Amino acid sequence: MKMVTAIIKPFKLDDVREALSEIGVQGITVTEVKGFGRQKGHTELYRGAEYVVDFLPKVKIEAAVSGDSLEQVIDAITKSANTGKIGDGKIFVYDLEQTIRIRTGETGQDAL
Amino acid sequence: MTIQKSQWAMKSLLITVIAALPSLAFAEETLNKGDTAWMLTATALVLFMTIPGLSLFYAGMVRSKNVLSVLMQCFAITSLMTVLWALYLYSLAFTDGGAINGLVGGFGKVFLAGIGVDTLYGTIPETVFMTFQMTFVIITPALIVGAFAERMKFSALLVFMALWATFVYAPVCHWVWGGGWLGDYGVLDFAGGTVVHINAGIAGLVAALMLGKRKGYPHVAMPPHNLTYTVIGASMLWVGWFGFNAGSQLAADGTAGMAMAVTQIATATAALAWMFSEWMSHGKPSVLGIASGAVAGLVAITPASGYVGPMGALAIGAAAGIGCFFAATKVKRAFGYDDSLDVFGVHAIGGIIGAILTGVFAATSLGGVGFGEGNTTMGSQVVAQLIGVGATVLFTAIMSFIILKIIDMIIGLRVDEEQETEGLDIALHEERGYIL
Repeated sequence: MKMVTAIIKPFKLDDVREALSEIGVQGITVTEVKGFGRQKGHTELYRGAEYVVDFLPKVKIEAAVSGDSLEQVIDAITKSANTGKIGDGKIFVYDLEQTIRIRTGETGQDAL
Repeated sequence: MTIQKSQWAMKSLLITVIAALPSLAFAEETLNKGDTAWMLTATALVLFMTIPGLSLFYAGMVRSKNVLSVLMQCFAITSLMTVLWALYLYSLAFTDGGAINGLVGGFGKVFLAGIGVDTLYGTIPETVFMTFQMTFVIITPALIVGAFAERMKFSALLVFMALWATFVYAPVCHWVWGGGWLGDYGVLDFAGGTVVHINAGIAGLVAALMLGKRKGYPHVAMPPHNLTYTVIGASMLWVGWFGFNAGSQLAADGTAGMAMAVTQIATATAALAWMFSEWMSHGKPSVLGIASGAVAGLVAITPASGYVGPMGALAIGAAAGIGCFFAATKVKRAFGYDDSLDVFGVHAIGGIIGAILTGVFAATSLGGVGFGEGNTTMGSQVVAQLIGVGATVLFTAIMSFIILKIIDMIIGLRVDEEQETEGLDIALHEERGYIL
């Protein structure tokens, strides 16, 4: 099992969610985050005081998937979150040791 | 006319004059319902300017961890000033002080003695006049709050405001409106350019300097946390100011009408002037800028509102919009003081611009109503205005400094570093403004 974490542009969330649904990913967790990479921030001006705001709002998607479907998942996210411009984000893949469904107690692949 | 007819005309005229003499001699004013109705309304409008107008205007400009502290300070000042005004401040400002009447009033109306249901002040009940003036002693200290926002101790604030209202506001109010010495000079201050704005603005600057800069200023970003509040507050100030300026006529008449018109024109012009100045200077027009410009215009037209005409108001608005823009952005940055919400830049500078230009645009040749008592030329009127400005600036600066110094020595003015970092809402009031 793998935990796939993707940082994407906020307005791409719906596209990514749809793409993942289509390949059978049944659940994801979404967090609002801020960060920066190579995409520059912007300036804000308040009564002559100029501030450079480095952090940009992003969305983090986490999905627990089976090792077999990993390539498909990465492909789906990459295609649906892509705009071609700087700041599209990154995908991180972690090894997932265990998964448990709380309601039933199922573990492993059955819990995905 | 034949000699007989002219004699008849003279006799008629004489009889009419003699019949009218009693009312001229005693000037017995009776209650005017129109004036009273308006003044009741104007009083409510000016109170609305503080709660919640000014409160929201300021609250939106501080960081979210301090939003409640600003609202608390404004609300507490409203309550405190109300009580003190009723107890003794009204008396100090508006009664005859006997031998020292030039400087301050007396204690004749302490506890509002002698003011009953039927007591009149001109054509309105004295209760209404007293309450109307109360709303002015409420908003003036509330304005100062902006200068030391985010770092002032609440207890020290209450003590400071009580002492300041007693030893600074009441005397200056008396000088201009209560029968004191500035009125004698023919200083024109219709609704409180000196009494309210320059007073608060200078006190604010002194306080900002004495309390020192906020931790991290100016390197750490401290942007306004909610400009929607600020715009809502500025809008409430604009509407409420009709009570402030037009209400200062104490009557529902042509002067009040002109005061309303010039207030509107000056404010709008100043809003545009600040907006365009910022657009040219920084490349973008901002919402904080246009709102600040409007307030600057309101401040500047305050002393002028009963004396100038529409085009004079336009000029005053333009001057204030541009002047205060520079004061609040360039000058502040150049000198490096942390007048957090630009009390000096908007209220002191705006008040001074307005006070001086009142002397100019009061001229009948420029659409005004004419100069103050004893002044026949624009030059002499402007000099009178400068005396008013100078006296207020000096008096307020010195007295505010003394009061703050004393309080600092006894209980301290500023919160400690940890409290300032945590935020005053939690540190001083154990509450959060937003539980989202």
